[in-house]
Amino acid sequence: MAEPSTTGLHAAWTFDPRPPRPDWGIALPAVKRLSTRGPIQPAPPPAEAVISLAHAQGIATPLVRPGDRVLTGQPLARDAQAAAHASVTGTVVAVESRPVPGSSHTPCVVVRREDPERFDPALRPVDPAVLTPAQIAAHISAGGIAGLGGALFPTGRKLRAGAPIRALIINGVECEPWISCDEMLLRERAAAVIRGTRIMMRALATEQAVIAVKVDMAEARVALHDALEADGSGSIGLAVVTARYPSGGERQLIELLTGEEVPAGGLPRDIGHVCQNVGTAAAVADLFDLGQPLISRIVTVTGGAIAAPGNFAVRIGTPIAALLAAAGGCRAEPARLIMGGPMMGIALADDALPVTRATNCVVAATAGELAPARLEMPCIRCGECVQACPAHLLPNELLGAVRRGDAAALDELGLAACIECGCCDHVCPSAIALTPRFVTARAAQRPPPGPGEDPS
Amino acid sequence: MNRPVTAAPHWRTPDSVPAIMRQVLYALLPAGACHVFFFGPGFAVNAVVAMLAALATEALALRWRGQPLRPFLGDGSALVSAVLLAFCLPPLTPWWITATGAAFAIGVAKHLYGGLGLNVFNPAMAGYALLLLFFPAWLTHWPPPRIGDLDYQALSTAQTLYYSLTGTLPGDLTLDAVTRATPLDLTKTRLGMMYTMDAIRTNPVFGDFGGAGWEWVGNFVTLGGGWLLYRGIIRWQVPAAMLAGLLLPALLLWLADADTHPSPLFQLWTGGTLLGAFFIATDPVSSPVTGRGRLLFGAGCGLITFVIRAWGSFPDGVAFAVLLMNAAVPLIDRHTRPPIYGHRRPHGG
Ligand code: SF4
Ligand code: SF4
Repeated sequence: MAEPSTTGLHAAWTFDPRPPRPDWGIALPAVKRLSTRGPIQPAPPPAEAVISLAHAQGIATPLVRPGDRVLTGQPLARDAQAAAHASVTGTVVAVESRPVPGSSHTPCVVVRREDPERFDPALRPVDPAVLTPAQIAAHISAGGIAGLGGALFPTGRKLRAGAPIRALIINGVECEPWISCDEMLLRERAAAVIRGTRIMMRALATEQAVIAVKVDMAEARVALHDALEADGSGSIGLAVVTARYPSGGERQLIELLTGEEVPAGGLPRDIGHVCQNVGTAAAVADLFDLGQPLISRIVTVTGGAIAAPGNFAVRIGTPIAALLAAAGGCRAEPARLIMGGPMMGIALADDALPVTRATNCVVAATAGELAPARLEMPCIRCGECVQACPAHLLPNELLGAVRRGDAAALDELGLAACIECGCCDHVCPSAIALTPRFVTARAAQRPPPGPGEDPS
Repeated sequence: MNRPVTAAPHWRTPDSVPAIMRQVLYALLPAGACHVFFFGPGFAVNAVVAMLAALATEALALRWRGQPLRPFLGDGSALVSAVLLAFCLPPLTPWWITATGAAFAIGVAKHLYGGLGLNVFNPAMAGYALLLLFFPAWLTHWPPPRIGDLDYQALSTAQTLYYSLTGTLPGDLTLDAVTRATPLDLTKTRLGMMYTMDAIRTNPVFGDFGGAGWEWVGNFVTLGGGWLLYRGIIRWQVPAAMLAGLLLPALLLWLADADTHPSPLFQLWTGGTLLGAFFIATDPVSSPVTGRGRLLFGAGCGLITFVIRAWGSFPDGVAFAVLLMNAAVPLIDRHTRPPIYGHRRPHGG
């Protein structure tokens, strides 16, 4: 292994296995039971897969044209940061912009499935022990792996050489209600998560990693504990964090585990940490152990309108309608179709949209599961939003600045630090739509849309 | 298929402005009942007059400002202001005084500043302060508590109503016959006449610690305040800091010379201390939004109350203390902003 990365700046770091209760955030009902009763089931491959080429750092360049025949796992597009692969065997029918969740125009490759399925013969397991850290990062980029927590930040890019790392943080906190894909993954495949963690530790040349889970994930904790014991190396720790939302937000998790804050405008790497999602770790393990690039992911399908909620291993590009059908379809007309959780999820107009690498959860919610629409009242300065904000902002004053269109005040009040978590909005007794206003103001504030955060 | 696309978050607290105001009113009920038990039905009469006047003023002000009536009239905030004002007034107060206070509270202190959420000053306290300035003589006559062996005649509901309507007592009753000075009043004037605290406290309007009857109203106020704390409708900072700001200096002076300074327990269980700490200074609109700001604000309210009680010309100081601190809220808010995430110095903890 590489030498320990202790410099003057980043001295050895010890984590607290039971991080403190924060003074921010909100307590939410978890509502995970619905989707954690049964094991993860495979969803059938779709008749037509619409595979998005977008990741947080750009769009991969297409390698195929309409009419090309592709095998499962074959690269469809590639750039220096990430790639996209065929999730089914068949014929490319289109390379064009399509609507995907969260965006109305995203370059996609559309593959019509043809049976029988055949895997790209170029796919081979790779032993990470024979690769240098840079080669591991490049292989992960070529494997199409990008932040499965929802941010889609190219994983290979995060692992490239840079400032020395004190510890790799594997985020299994999944603090948003409804979503259970990470929890189920930990329950069923803890060993793969640990294996992927080890590969990424090698790429980062760090001797320490910690896997963080939420306090109410009893089964996942036991599974991880057993797998860590079997692993036996002792360099990967297990931390249990509060269930207070958004304890799984990248910056909040770092604060909980280390007591430090990622500097404004900086990255976790600047203070010696790299965060990866547990799903990403498992995908890295599959890439090296099985030779399988990122062609499927686990998606939670839940909500009161779903007949048989659960978690599904889904090919990337599967239409959400097909995924809902795999979960027994809807037994009632859903009032809302949401990708993600109740706090940060995106309401979808259409169930024809495809599953992307960022799709962790699809909720077909009944009206009773959603907050009823309410009239906005004036701000009564109750300060609840101030207490809840994990970025320590004053949402009530931000609201005033947004209404005045005062860009200087927004800057001074720290709008850039807003992680769009929805806490302020949730607690507001005046039912003021705070977060949507901040999302819009943030988009207007920074010229190119940068990577979002994912408190998953 | 086209489904409604609403922005996140999709969940929201069930707490709403009307629900909060309703709970504040419920929390005041035990104290109000206790007030009636000890001091007669006057409080209830005043509360009804104040609520009617507040609602009428609110409706007029909304109409005049071209605002919709329904959400604002129903939000309960005017009712809370009215009831808090009623708690400050003597049980025997003519209706026009009560109504003037309520109308000023809502019409001027609230709506001239922009209505719900925008008032700088606590409306109830602004209304009360106006009455203290305009009708000082009417606000000093309190019936003594209906306990113990006081030689006075308790007024019936009819007599109380008669007084409220006409400003005079029926028959040959005089105000002096049915009212007494309040414990705070007595303390202030008698200390000025060089009595010792021990001598002053022999007057039957004093109870075990504070004023007789007042102590129990204070206990029920605390009960209601505790419930609001438990429900998360108010936070601990303002009450704790206000009580500390009043009681600590009171304790120091009392320890220095117990003959000429009322004890901290007297300060706690008399006048508007507990009502101020739990229900008045905690008014969200006119208090700071940050935790540290609330500590400062509460401490200021307590300290100024103490100073007015000890050296000012009014027997109680809660109303003026809160109003003074209200004026300081924008300043406090500005200087107690929490450090934004990522702006702390690294390793600074
Ligand atoms: S959405 Fe932004 S302002 Fe609101 S609580 Fe979250 S971080 Fe704070
Ligand atoms: S929670 Fe709503 S009402 Fe309360 S201070 Fe914040 S914005 Fe104002």
